[in-house]
Amino acid sequence: MTETKINAGQYIQHHLEHLTLNLKTFTLGEGGGFWTLNLDTMIISIIIGIVVFGSMWLAAKQMTAVPGRLQNFVEMIVEYVDKTVYEISHQKSTFIPSLALTIFLWIFFMNAVDLLPVDFFPRILGVFGVPYFKSVPTADPNATFAMSLSVFVLIIFFNIKAKKVGFLKEMLTFPFGPYLFPVNFVFRVIEECVKPLSLALRLFGNMFAGELIFILIAIMPWWIQWPPGAIWAIFHILIITLQAFLFMMLTIIYLSMAHDTH
Amino acid sequence: MEIASIIGQVQGFSVLAAGLLVSLAALGTAVGFGLLGGKFLEGVARQPELGPMLMVRMFIVAGLVDAFAAISIVMGLLLFFAENPFLRAVINASQATVGA
Repeated sequence: MTETKINAGQYIQHHLEHLTLNLKTFTLGEGGGFWTLNLDTMIISIIIGIVVFGSMWLAAKQMTAVPGRLQNFVEMIVEYVDKTVYEISHQKSTFIPSLALTIFLWIFFMNAVDLLPVDFFPRILGVFGVPYFKSVPTADPNATFAMSLSVFVLIIFFNIKAKKVGFLKEMLTFPFGPYLFPVNFVFRVIEECVKPLSLALRLFGNMFAGELIFILIAIMPWWIQWPPGAIWAIFHILIITLQAFLFMMLTIIYLSMAHDTH
Repeated sequence: MEIASIIGQVQGFSVLAAGLLVSLAALGTAVGFGLLGGKFLEGVARQPELGPMLMVRMFIVAGLVDAFAAISIVMGLLLFFAENPFLRAVINASQATVGA
């Protein structure tokens, strides 16, 4: 039951809780520690993936010589990503552009869920008895770390595949020369570990801060809410595009650095 | 009453910490973006035909400058609005000793 007066702190806390599934007992609610699944993140990210990539697949399947609007739009994005990858890596490959395209579109649309009103999903689902719902998947560090750890694994995999034993030699000799190999190794390990950490936390930080400011604006009285809400929403459109673009660019740069030597 | 004064002290320091986190992040970002924008304008003034390319590069670097500021802001906002772990530790300790 809802109380008639919820204070501001409780409203904020309520909007910062995830809908969790405890995998040890398969019930909704906390208590699983590591073994909890944030259902709201998974549901929204899977739905967005299906919708976005499904419509791109549809555009590709119904290709006509004179492109319609959807096909035009998809072609524009695909060409742009391909050109960007070629400018940075100077190689024709199909893996890196596909990965970059996936990352860009998926992150962009997951971030864009933040532009819906804060209470939109929680209220609608609250009618069905769902207690908490945090609607932006990328404001969940689980989602951003999942993506950046996958990119990290790919970086290591590409390093080994492209350079084979040269990878070890590069790790041990790179900045300072072969006799200082412990120092080289430590620096290289730190540099490699900062990459996924910064990718994930950058995206998470921007999206979480954006969502929190939307929640704070939602607490203000209705007659004063519209100017700051409008200004922040317009600025946020820039931020979500920028963050998706940046994640894609950094992925491309790291993967193409893994292909060739310094 | 001693518990209340200890809790008050912990809260006060947490507020200071959160304020420092947010403000230093803002300071660093502001200086960084100012320098970045200034260099960009200088570059475009020298060679206007490189305008679009430089703008793309500027946004990339802007995203990188933003990164650690965003992380600091998230830490500060978490302290402010979500669970304050230092307060939680004090309360757990006090409940253990007092048994209340």
